[in-house]
Amino acid sequence: MNFKNILSQFDIPGQCKKYGISVWQHPQFLFLVMGVIIIISTLVTYTIGTKYISDPYLVALIVLILAVVLFVIATIITQSFERLAEASRMKSEFVSIVSHQLRSPLSNLKWAIELLMSGKISPISEKELEYFKILKENSDRMRDLISDLLIVLRIETAKLLTKNSEFSLAELVEELIKFSNPFIQASNIKLTSKLDKSLPKVFADPSQIRLVVENLLDNAIKYVKGGGNVSISLKNEKKQVFFEIKDNGVGIPKDDQKFIFQKFFRSGNALKHQTQGSGLGLYIAKSIIDKYGGKIGFKSEENKGSTFWFTLPINK
Amino acid sequence: MGIIIKKQNSMKKILFIEDEAALQKTFGDILSRAGYEVIPALDGEIGLSLAEEKKPDLILLDLILPKYHGLEVLEQLKGKEGTKEIPVIILTNLEGMEEIEKAIELGAKGYLVKAQYSLEEIVQKIKTVLPD
Repeated sequence: MNFKNILSQFDIPGQCKKYGISVWQHPQFLFLVMGVIIIISTLVTYTIGTKYISDPYLVALIVLILAVVLFVIATIITQSFERLAEASRMKSEFVSIVSHQLRSPLSNLKWAIELLMSGKISPISEKELEYFKILKENSDRMRDLISDLLIVLRIETAKLLTKNSEFSLAELVEELIKFSNPFIQASNIKLTSKLDKSLPKVFADPSQIRLVVENLLDNAIKYVKGGGNVSISLKNEKKQVFFEIKDNGVGIPKDDQKFIFQKFFRSGNALKHQTQGSGLGLYIAKSIIDKYGGKIGFKSEENKGSTFWFTLPINK
Repeated sequence: MGIIIKKQNSMKKILFIEDEAALQKTFGDILSRAGYEVIPALDGEIGLSLAEEKKPDLILLDLILPKYHGLEVLEQLKGKEGTKEIPVIILTNLEGMEEIEKAIELGAKGYLVKAQYSLEEIVQKIKTVLPD
């Protein structure tokens, strides 16, 4: 270990940022704090002791016992926090392993299917194409699930790649509606939108806000069974951009509503209607909106539909 | 077979440093069909020596590689007179902030996450760096 490595051990803010832990979970920081507490306590005990106890040996013994007791307590506390910090470090490493080890074979699979589907290797029949589509859809689902898991882990370790810029939310929503149009039509849904294009711009990472809108739009389409209506509106409300998406789908049972933004939670009727999903979309949406100082919420009634909304501060 | 009509010496050379043999096969195949001459390298060490020897027009570089990490390979490529001008595109499944920032700082022309792109999209990205 060279001098630079030793010094890097004491870069406490840098290490907290790197491992996504608070300063109170950092072993070296705690060690320093405990050291200061022990020194101060020892000095205070010595000062008080010499004032009230005439025997200097007794004072020295009391100070020594106190220092040993405090040192033992400090070591136990520091070690337990060290274990917590270690768990956090392992989680970060897990992100990297999941990212590479699961995604690599999946990329191979996805690209091989694409190559076969393109007909460049050999001509394919309609029936073969049908099965290739099933393979592709399922590999895409696995890819999306891994992506969602990675986003969740990055949110929790404060490692979500963020590139903030000023952008128009109305344009982003419009683009997403266009992109989802084939899916909307295939689901026999009538989508109406009312987007105030004169709205001031917001300052955030467009790819993250895109994830939020995509998740909400995707849910609205998925949970409107057998055709129905979805409406989207975007307006300025109380100096905030207010986005709302309303559907007349299956709705969320009352008992499930309090869990809806929890990680991996899937409502009973989502399972009943065999709708695909990881239970991570709304958790991700809430984490992102919270990060930008916005609010997210919903109202829903089973068998009648749901309305999800979020707000984002306007960039002044 | 139409693409292979191009003469061998007019084809642009792409050095593909990737340790996954399956990916070398599928993506190498696509690149050949798009009219590029593909030079495969299965680890960082071979990649470095082939870059000096073959002087490719572009290098596609994975990050998790045997022998040398992709970022070390990139650093060495950019540090050598004979290879520093060759554009490098990172093609990996790692998408941590640290890796992306480091790759751009070292001079990578692009950073593509395999899982997020189709074969066709990657070929299009290559064409923007390596126009006909």
